[in-house]
Amino acid sequence: MKPVNQKAWLLILPVVLCVAFSAILPLMTVVNYSVQDIISPERRVFVGLDWFKSVLRDDDLQGALIRQIGFSFAVLVVEVPLGIALALSMPAKGWHASAVLVLVAVSLLIPWNVVGTIWQIYGRSDIGLFGAAIARLGINYSYTGSARDAWLTVLLMDVWHWTPLVALLCYAGLRAIPDAYYQAASIDGASKLAVFRYIQLPKLRGVLMIAVLLRFMDSFMIYTEPFVLTGGGPGNATTFLSQYLTQKAVGQFDLGPAAAFSLIYFLIILLLCFILYNWMQRVGTADKTEAGHG
Amino acid sequence: MARIDLDLAHAYKPNPRGDEDYALLPLQMSFADGGAYALLGPSGCGKTTLLNIVSGLVKPSQGGVKFDGVDVTKRTPQQRNIAQVFQFPVIYDTMTVAENLAFPLRNRGVAPDRIARRVGQVAEMLELSGQLNQRAAGLAADAKQKISLGRGLVREDVSAVLFDEPLTVIDPHLKWQLRRKLKQIHHELRLTLIYVTHDQVEALTFAEQVVVMTRGRAVQIGTASELFDRPQHTFVGHFIGSPGMNFLPAQAAESGLEVAGHRLGVAPEATRGKGPLTLGVRPEYLRLAGAGSQGALPAVVMQAQDIGTYWLLTAQVAGGDSLVRARLSPHEAIPKVGETVWLTVLGPRTCFYGQDQQRVGETAP
Repeated sequence: MKPVNQKAWLLILPVVLCVAFSAILPLMTVVNYSVQDIISPERRVFVGLDWFKSVLRDDDLQGALIRQIGFSFAVLVVEVPLGIALALSMPAKGWHASAVLVLVAVSLLIPWNVVGTIWQIYGRSDIGLFGAAIARLGINYSYTGSARDAWLTVLLMDVWHWTPLVALLCYAGLRAIPDAYYQAASIDGASKLAVFRYIQLPKLRGVLMIAVLLRFMDSFMIYTEPFVLTGGGPGNATTFLSQYLTQKAVGQFDLGPAAAFSLIYFLIILLLCFILYNWMQRVGTADKTEAGHG
Repeated sequence: MARIDLDLAHAYKPNPRGDEDYALLPLQMSFADGGAYALLGPSGCGKTTLLNIVSGLVKPSQGGVKFDGVDVTKRTPQQRNIAQVFQFPVIYDTMTVAENLAFPLRNRGVAPDRIARRVGQVAEMLELSGQLNQRAAGLAADAKQKISLGRGLVREDVSAVLFDEPLTVIDPHLKWQLRRKLKQIHHELRLTLIYVTHDQVEALTFAEQVVVMTRGRAVQIGTASELFDRPQHTFVGHFIGSPGMNFLPAQAAESGLEVAGHRLGVAPEATRGKGPLTLGVRPEYLRLAGAGSQGALPAVVMQAQDIGTYWLLTAQVAGGDSLVRARLSPHEAIPKVGETVWLTVLGPRTCFYGQDQQRVGETAP
């Protein structure tokens, strides 16, 4: 038996306290709400897992969940390749590099509700540059009238807002690749595609993992921009999970179901991040080992 | 395979003014087809720049490069058909060892059965056969560097193989092994090999011809014994050997030679009428002599160190502050610290240098 130094616990105490007050206690409050029916501040009834059962059977919620997953998936499919392409085409040094970096980062500096407002005006077919241009092309476009247009506009807005984040991460990853790799590839006669496939992409794995996780979590929690742009409409075509949750908790003051749903929401994000992380860890490290043994 | 002729200068900065702005001062040099060369010099002397100019990674700002008489200055490394191995291992992480070795061939559209045969041969040569199906990313640094070496050697038809300090990351005992391997490969394939290093032992054991460089200048090209016995430049004397050459101020006069304030009766032919000079003599060729012997100087012993196979004597020339080092055999009587000894500085292997640091008297052989 090794001697155990119990004093070590004292050292992690500050962290435990901070996490307790910032995360565990608020979460416990939510857990507390989720098993009770809050009728008024004074009156509450213990209902067990009833809220969880009813929330899981709720059609509106299932609809919002499917829309949410579809949206996050679309965001990743568009933003990650676009971000990589953008990073690859950005200049590596000189004043061009600084200028391009600043330009690319501009959309990241804009507050979320302002992004929603910008696109609300930008997409209007009477006065908005984008909407009017589309209308001029003879396409019947209205993000307030058509569910498809609303979806595309929300997606386009997110791509405009957040692709630069992916691009900046990839840009940093690309700059970290030593010149010797490019020189060796040039001497080995590698094509541009081979350089991308065998040097750049494998070296970007780390930053891409961070980019994918960040964009997934962020898009899964999206609230402000579609709320400002479409208000969740038309109908509930662009009502995503967080907006649905807000309607329930703050709009209708259904604290019990909202709390039960919050927990489920939290677990879904945790689970999907876990799956994504493990999948990306395995991609590029395991495939060849298996091939080698096979 | 090709004969490589260089006639160039290079500055990384545009509009170079003085010599300081040049990474490589104007030089003319040839590498014979099938030779093993080393570029030797301290960090920042321009040896890697020269190597990258030969491979085509760097374009010289003046002059050009010829392969077999054909101007290739504007061609890429690929077009020049050069293989190059870098200081730190470069491997393709997602590939196996075999795929890594096959990569330069696959990119050139070589037939699969020829690739397989060639990869097998190279792996055999570098003792990588057991690891061919492993992922390259998981291997130790020296195995990775062997893969880099292997990728450099896998093509049989290359103009030259260039090595940029390839054994830096390798353990000392493996270094010997790999260097021997490279020599062996050179004998078998007769490829033109150019090897950059700052380690004189590495350069002298590997190469047939060593190019000694300092501050963007190639000061001497020669075999190990030429560099040792007839350094053409004080830098070569100082850089080659351990410890380097002893240098003493000398002045040729009518009646003889004055060295570090002492008048030596004889004056070698080469020094006559040359004015102020520098005398250079290797520690190996300094001998203890009787007091007042011809061509000897008195010096006070400062330090005597036992280096195992020899004694290293450090002495101060009497009446001055010039220090000289001598390698003495352990069988000799080793003088004590503080004793005055006489050391023969004039001998058949003593060299003289003018104020431009170039050797005087004898022209390069």
